[in-house]
Amino acid sequence: MTTQLQNLRFDLTRRGILKGAGALVISFTAPVTIAEAATAAGTAPKPLDPTQLDSYLAVHRDGTVTAFFGKIDGGQGTDVGIAQIVAEELDLPADKVAVVMGDTVLTINQGGASGSFGITWGGKPMRNAACEARQFLLNRAAEKLKTPVEKLTVANGIVSVTDAPGKKITYGQLVGGKFFNIPMKWNGKIGNDLDVATTATPKKPADYKVVGTSPKRRDVARKVFAQPTYVTDIRVPGMMHARIIRPPVAGAVPTAIDQASVKDIKGVRVVQKEGFVAVLADKEWDAIRAAQNLKINWSQPDAAFPEPAQIYDYIRKAPVRKRTVEKNTGSVEDVFKNAAKVVTADYEWPFQSHASMASGCAVVQIKGDSVTLWTGTQKPHYARDGVAAILNVPVEKVDAHWLTGPGSYGRNDAGDTALEAAFLAKEVGRPVRVQGMRAEGIAWDPKGPASVHTARAALDENGKIVAWQFESKGFSRLEIDSNESDPANSILGQQLGVAPKPTEAFGTPDESYDIPNRLFAWETIPPLLQRASPLRTSHLRDPIGPQVHFASESFIDELALAAQTDAVEFRLKHLKGRDAEAVKAAADKFGWDTRVSGPRGDGKADIVTGRGIAYTKRLNTIVVVVAEVEVDRRSGKVRAKRFAVAQDCGCIVNPDLVRMTIEGNIVQATSRAILEEVKFDRQKVTSVDWESYPILDITDAPEKIDIVLLNHPEIPPTGAGEPSSRGVAAAIGNAIFDATGVRIRRAPFKPERLKGSFA
Amino acid sequence: MTTQVHIVVDGKPHKISVDDPNMPLLYALRDELKMDNPHFGCGLAQCGACTVHVNGQAIRSCVTPIGAVNEAKITTLAGLGTPEHPHPLQAAYVEEQVPQCGYCINGWIMTAAALLKDNPHPTDAEIRKGLSGLKCRCGTHMAIIRAVKRAAAMA
Repeated sequence: MTTQLQNLRFDLTRRGILKGAGALVISFTAPVTIAEAATAAGTAPKPLDPTQLDSYLAVHRDGTVTAFFGKIDGGQGTDVGIAQIVAEELDLPADKVAVVMGDTVLTINQGGASGSFGITWGGKPMRNAACEARQFLLNRAAEKLKTPVEKLTVANGIVSVTDAPGKKITYGQLVGGKFFNIPMKWNGKIGNDLDVATTATPKKPADYKVVGTSPKRRDVARKVFAQPTYVTDIRVPGMMHARIIRPPVAGAVPTAIDQASVKDIKGVRVVQKEGFVAVLADKEWDAIRAAQNLKINWSQPDAAFPEPAQIYDYIRKAPVRKRTVEKNTGSVEDVFKNAAKVVTADYEWPFQSHASMASGCAVVQIKGDSVTLWTGTQKPHYARDGVAAILNVPVEKVDAHWLTGPGSYGRNDAGDTALEAAFLAKEVGRPVRVQGMRAEGIAWDPKGPASVHTARAALDENGKIVAWQFESKGFSRLEIDSNESDPANSILGQQLGVAPKPTEAFGTPDESYDIPNRLFAWETIPPLLQRASPLRTSHLRDPIGPQVHFASESFIDELALAAQTDAVEFRLKHLKGRDAEAVKAAADKFGWDTRVSGPRGDGKADIVTGRGIAYTKRLNTIVVVVAEVEVDRRSGKVRAKRFAVAQDCGCIVNPDLVRMTIEGNIVQATSRAILEEVKFDRQKVTSVDWESYPILDITDAPEKIDIVLLNHPEIPPTGAGEPSSRGVAAAIGNAIFDATGVRIRRAPFKPERLKGSFA
Repeated sequence: MTTQVHIVVDGKPHKISVDDPNMPLLYALRDELKMDNPHFGCGLAQCGACTVHVNGQAIRSCVTPIGAVNEAKITTLAGLGTPEHPHPLQAAYVEEQVPQCGYCINGWIMTAAALLKDNPHPTDAEIRKGLSGLKCRCGTHMAIIRAVKRAAAMA
């Protein structure tokens, strides 16, 4: 506790947060900045330049370091991992490294939060910058101490002569407050792919002292003691509160607006352009009342959506926009013709919502030709680009400051609010804060795509899989892009008439089963509504991972059953190396009982239990999830009681934070598997709140989640943010089969659907 | 017509002029008193992100009219404890590193604080039942339960 509170004070003081506390908080992320470093050095601040070490790292006079990281952390501790990686190369304790994230003034675009790449890709240039800095510091120390580098020792930011520890100099004395002015070889890319090379040699994993330990998060105490943290708390002088009014039915546009209907509410402004309508007021409650009271006549477009009960048939029959064969080895057709046994099955997955704790929020201030955006989006650099585009100003004129938003699991509605706040700030000539009501974050956020999956496999006489065909068909995972840099990918842009630019993208199972003949393909279908659709699809945590692996890993269990083999043994028959080790680790941790899955006894008890396993990969991270479920055969209620998870994500930078990240994924993915499905009718989304889009309640949260981390320090980190989401639905579905003998091939496993299934 | 409302928030008295006595308490705290919490989550009393104590009871400030809390004593998360003098739940939350995005935090801590006042040593089942209905989208439920148990053990 004491350490944490000391950290809090350290953190607050360093970052000047307390200075901004209170009524006027407009820049509380302003930290020890490049500008401050420049001022200290008596020079003008330099523009960010990916080829300069100074763009990634500053050493201050007190010997502390600031890392400038062009990604963000949504609460999993990515910033702590970056601090550890930088501290490791510099031989500092992690708490001497502050991390500034996602601020376009202070950081280069490293892609924002994306694809579990925070440490995997984001960490590499940061490590190389630290490594380069260390080399420079040691060389300079060698000059100052008149001792060759080989005879110097570094500990805690102090360089000393190995044989004469009294001869020493600190990092702060060597470079504190000044620029390094060291060029780095840049790979010419920005975003996730950005990398810079170091001319020095990074530490060997065997020598790690900071990487592999578990320093705690820096934002927790701030959140717990209600210190300023969130984008929702930004207040700018003269700011108006805005509420966006979404059409009552998908595709409708306003035909008449009765301004008089809100004339009694003080200072209300109504803004309408093309399909976009918003109300603004000085006080938030007045904006909300105005949004409720404003009378609008809307056009009555044709129903945009199919009958919800027919959605999966609709997908099966829909025209194919794009077909991609991702894997094609051997010849599945030849094998199927002569196979001992062929098994086929179809699976279905619904639209799902980010349903973040609140809908997105953004604040924009325009002063002369300078624009400032405060945003909670995962990708603040891209939001800056989108704001510049919607305002038609050069990107250099827009600064974006990132702050924690109300939850971040992909391309949610946060990016939309950034563009809306900018557009409205220009329209009303004042700073504008936009935050939606509950429905804007559930009914109107971009959705995870609905899909159908067809699997077919051939088994040989020994019960081994000899051919596997797996086909997915569904809405693209990128009907709108995963960032908001182009107004075409925002709801505002589409409402203003910018033509959408969907990308056709889906995916196939990621695994290393030894199967000689394989055909994996996916097909995408057209969006249900071209513009401003509440069912437009984009990235939701582990994009397409849960749907594809629900199907593929349920199917592997069906094959195990066909081969009359235990589900763990069956997988191990087709796996080796780290994959097999992860399967064994999860099964051991769980206390797996080896037997062919299916109900024990007569299976007719009211409450039955079962266990199921799922093995998945995600870009070289291996996750194996074992679930124990309890099924009430009368009500159809499924409770996931206990999990054992084994994860191999290469080198583990911070084991405690990886554990917490896995726990969050397991609970959220359990919610998605058992409960979550966006409801809609022919004209609109009818999931508008937590009643109509329920998520897992704490009374149904698991009793226990056991986690085994398989650490491989010699393998660079492969990503921990979301891989543990993808196997959960299959593990639960497989456990339901084990409990009941009934195979559920459509998610979610909610009682109203399952009731009657177990008669 | 303007109404005057007196409330004591985290120990400090305030006089607030409101045009609409139906305005939820949440907006008095955020807009009038410029407090950074509680948060707006749903406006429907379905999530808990706006939870404060009104005369010791955990309530959802997003649906509680300001006109209904005249003369009330209100405690927010900021008033529950400080880094120097943390409430046991705050200390436990830090120790267990509970929140991810943390936007839901007012609901869980303020509800659990009221729960522990009534029942200082709840069972697991009592903790879950007492916190039922609150939302956490990041899925930190396991850590929440650990923290409430830790806080109960401290008392």
